[in-house]
Amino acid sequence: MDKQHSYKLTFISLVFLLIAVWIFNISFGSVSIPFQEIFSTILGGEPTKGAWETIILNYRVPKSITAILVGSGLSISGLLMQTLFRNPLAGPFVLGISSGASLGVAMLLLGTSLFSGFTFFLDSSFGMAIAASFGSFLVMTAVMIVANRIRNTMSILIIGLMFGSITSAIISVLAYFSGPEQLQKFIFWGFGSLGNLSWNELSIFALIYFIGISLLGFILKPLNSLLLGENYAKSMGINIKLVRNVILITTSILTGVITAFSGPIAFVGLAVPHIARLIFNSSNHKILLPASAILGAILMLLADTIAQLPTSEFTLPINAITSLFGAPIVIWLLIRKKAIYL
Amino acid sequence: MDSKKNHIALKVENLSIGYQSKKETTVITSNLNFEINRGAFVCILGKNGIGKSTLLRTLSKVQSPIEGTVFLNGSKLSSFTNPELAKNLSLVLTEKLPESNLTVFELIALGRQPYTNWIGKLTNNDLDIIFKSIKLTGLEHLINKKYYELSDGQFQRVLISRALAQDTNTIILDEPTAHLDIEHTLETFQLLKELAVKENKTIIISTHEIQLAIQSAEELFLMTENDFIGGKPSDLIKDKSIDALFSNNSIIFDAVKEQFVLKQPS
Repeated sequence: MDKQHSYKLTFISLVFLLIAVWIFNISFGSVSIPFQEIFSTILGGEPTKGAWETIILNYRVPKSITAILVGSGLSISGLLMQTLFRNPLAGPFVLGISSGASLGVAMLLLGTSLFSGFTFFLDSSFGMAIAASFGSFLVMTAVMIVANRIRNTMSILIIGLMFGSITSAIISVLAYFSGPEQLQKFIFWGFGSLGNLSWNELSIFALIYFIGISLLGFILKPLNSLLLGENYAKSMGINIKLVRNVILITTSILTGVITAFSGPIAFVGLAVPHIARLIFNSSNHKILLPASAILGAILMLLADTIAQLPTSEFTLPINAITSLFGAPIVIWLLIRKKAIYL
Repeated sequence: MDSKKNHIALKVENLSIGYQSKKETTVITSNLNFEINRGAFVCILGKNGIGKSTLLRTLSKVQSPIEGTVFLNGSKLSSFTNPELAKNLSLVLTEKLPESNLTVFELIALGRQPYTNWIGKLTNNDLDIIFKSIKLTGLEHLINKKYYELSDGQFQRVLISRALAQDTNTIILDEPTAHLDIEHTLETFQLLKELAVKENKTIIISTHEIQLAIQSAEELFLMTENDFIGGKPSDLIKDKSIDALFSNNSIIFDAVKEQFVLKQPS
């Protein structure tokens, strides 16, 4: 009972930290705006300068919400993958789902000759979103078809990696044959970005995100029995195929929509579940799922704040920041802990 | 009639076991017929690769029989859905668990999964059964440990405790003493025997501990290349069936010592 008490305390502190980081994130940007002004604007007041209102309400707030959705979604996907494959190295990237999304975007940006009729699509992030979702869905379907024929989860993991390699190879070929301008566009998408979403796009993002998250209700209980391996889970009455498919669908929806709207963001999905395990010293998914979501959101908000290089007009690629600052943290945690568990 | 039927936990009719693939069917043993009573402690003996695990996998519906029928608690095994089966049969397997942070308590509590709601909430009744399983296996002092901190012997107890928490009439264990030293092997046999006698659990294990099996099992099943013989240990010794367990002529059964010995060169 003592233990539950301390879990609660940690959770409350994490939520407070999340709120603090959120406010911190909104407060900083290339234009410096005084704190009081920011608070009054968020609470519905009018700031002294009209431009500030636009910056805060139409740029910083949607960007911070995007960061929260991206961070939590990727972390949850990573946790699910690690449990399904019982492999601490698994993450949304291993199934080739992210590569699938990249392939969709690459087709759109690099293969313009194929889509010459759709050029009006090119500059809209909507077009990219659709292309990326389609790409990730394509790879996911391929993995699922294979997954239902093969019993061994490790084989599915390797097949996922192979699908990833194939899509990367196709992207390379496309890149080879495309012009410098298109290539630049694709590379910039690959850097990742949280800030390009309008409220309309954000609401679609959030809707798909919550559809993905709500599927978790079906597998909340079986996830813990998967920690004993598939044979034990089966002997406890769990429908392995159903659980596996729900995990694959949830992960592809989350990863697909996130990659579509904000680029392929590495590292978060792999690392955050480990940070959550180290902080809570538990493998129980009822603790790890919310913990990973909150920690992922905090990490993403922090990374975004750093990427903005406060008070300067430059913005660093978010993909670089997550790895640059996140990886040393994980290395440090693991050296202290010396072992890695699911 | 009915009451008599209820005494039989497991019944096997005309069973053939083996592997089926698209191309061919490999039969390991065929035409098995036997019954196991409720509350019996049964040991399956046989050398490596003879098909003990295949038999146990068939009895626990992990793989399907090539021919014949298995009845569990009076109903066809094939008619059980997975959740129903989980309430009638629990398993202790030889496979290693993936490394995780689960505590002993959490691991044992997972045995209640067939009974809990969609979110896996433990009711007071669930907690009672979990603590009873913990008490029966003598693990009270370890419940807050991580399971990877335990010794092999303690860990085997945890797995048995989890199976108990699943609250099934029948428990099937595949070589439960495979990695244990003699002390823990003895303790495990003692525990399993106790569970059969006191808790009226039907316990079926495969094992290489012939001597312990002879001493503690109510019934033995001997698996050899050509035969499948079941009976009371004393009967099997008396009619020399047990001699057939090893095909090697230099290993003979010493009825006085109740164990296999190497034949002395004369």
